[in-house]
Amino acid sequence: MEKKIRVLVAKPGLDGHDRGAKIVARALRDAGMEVIYTGLHQTAEMIVETAVQEDVDVIGLSLLSGAHMTLFRDVTKLLKEKGMGDVLVVGGGIIPEEDIPALKKAGVAGCFGPGTPCEEIVEFIKKNVKR
Amino acid sequence: MSDLASKVLKGDSRSVARLITLAENNSNELAGEMGIIHKHSGKAYVIGVTGVMGSGKSTLIFELARAYRRQGKKVGIIAIDPTSPFSGGALLGDRIRMTDLTVDDGVFIRSMGTRGMLGGLASAVFDTVEILDASGKDVIIIETVGVGQAEVDVVKIADTTLVVLVPGLGDSIQTIKAGIMEIADVFVVNKADRPGVEQLIAELESLIEISCIGKDRKIPVVKTTAKDNKGITELVDEIEKHRDYLKKTKVFETQRRKRYEAELIEIIRKRLMNFIFDESTFKEKVESMIDQISKKELDPYSAADEILGKILK
Repeated sequence: MEKKIRVLVAKPGLDGHDRGAKIVARALRDAGMEVIYTGLHQTAEMIVETAVQEDVDVIGLSLLSGAHMTLFRDVTKLLKEKGMGDVLVVGGGIIPEEDIPALKKAGVAGCFGPGTPCEEIVEFIKKNVKR
Repeated sequence: MSDLASKVLKGDSRSVARLITLAENNSNELAGEMGIIHKHSGKAYVIGVTGVMGSGKSTLIFELARAYRRQGKKVGIIAIDPTSPFSGGALLGDRIRMTDLTVDDGVFIRSMGTRGMLGGLASAVFDTVEILDASGKDVIIIETVGVGQAEVDVVKIADTTLVVLVPGLGDSIQTIKAGIMEIADVFVVNKADRPGVEQLIAELESLIEISCIGKDRKIPVVKTTAKDNKGITELVDEIEKHRDYLKKTKVFETQRRKRYEAELIEIIRKRLMNFIFDESTFKEKVESMIDQISKKELDPYSAADEILGKILK
């Protein structure tokens, strides 16, 4: 077996800021992971369908528009419906501290705001990936 | 019948994706599943798309896939990007150009890292073609990594190989002359809205003229501007014509046989390498041999023969 961690990095909703997502994508690649980047303006349906086809172990959602409570939860809900509840979901971008407990409850395992060292994200994924 | 393979045969996306992962990971469970899949594959038409970096392969494939969807055909896409030889990781970004196909359930896209395989393909691509084929896809399009001169292996697996060129890359024909110029069944000059397109086509055609002397088929050149969906119908027509040619001349069967030959060789290679480098007994031996070779106590040929001798015993 030559397993590699496969990660989908996605930008849900109407948000054109993908610099952070691209930096994280590169860091994950440099940590030996296979990173699929889908580009901007993805709906929850597109993200989950991509996750199914690419058979990813992890989804990283990046959002700076403030719509994370809706869109992140849409993704985790749809994942469960598709029987992909074992995919590790993490979030990044501008996520207020007080929203994090509710996101965790909805299945977003970790949130990483601006200034997070990339190594921290890599370590979190390696430690928590379930598949 | 195995549960996974039977779901693949029914076209279940999740199972198709799972089985491709097993192929990519060279899993122990793979052989049994592929035994079933192989019996049900061979119907899909396989198109290879290769060309220099930035020639617009992904956008072209997106438009080709849409054209086949309009004909009611189901499409599988395998998009290959390079794996870093240093970290083993890969950034797979071909889907960015195909995002509108994601929620079409008649299309299945899989991104793949080369994982150490040379020649512009990924090692799991043979299995993946069979899996998508058995899952009911009518057309399978393979996008190779952006090529230089030696990435020509797609020809071993595709029925029709498209070589994509663009104007304005300097003397682009010169830079990709050997190898890749010989594998084209159809030349595509993409980004045809750019200056220099007529010159490129003229150069190409004079080259084709020379290389097609004594052959029964002249390689066509199709002008496309994929981002504006221009020239795609003509391209689909040329692919169709090539398919008719292959069927008429029976070259089709010869080519398919070559694909299975390449597939078999790849499986043997993988299994042999795994055996030598993964089995604990051999790995130690190999490591100590490499030390000996470094110290000039042993030469690499004798070492190779010794290892192969042990396997054959």
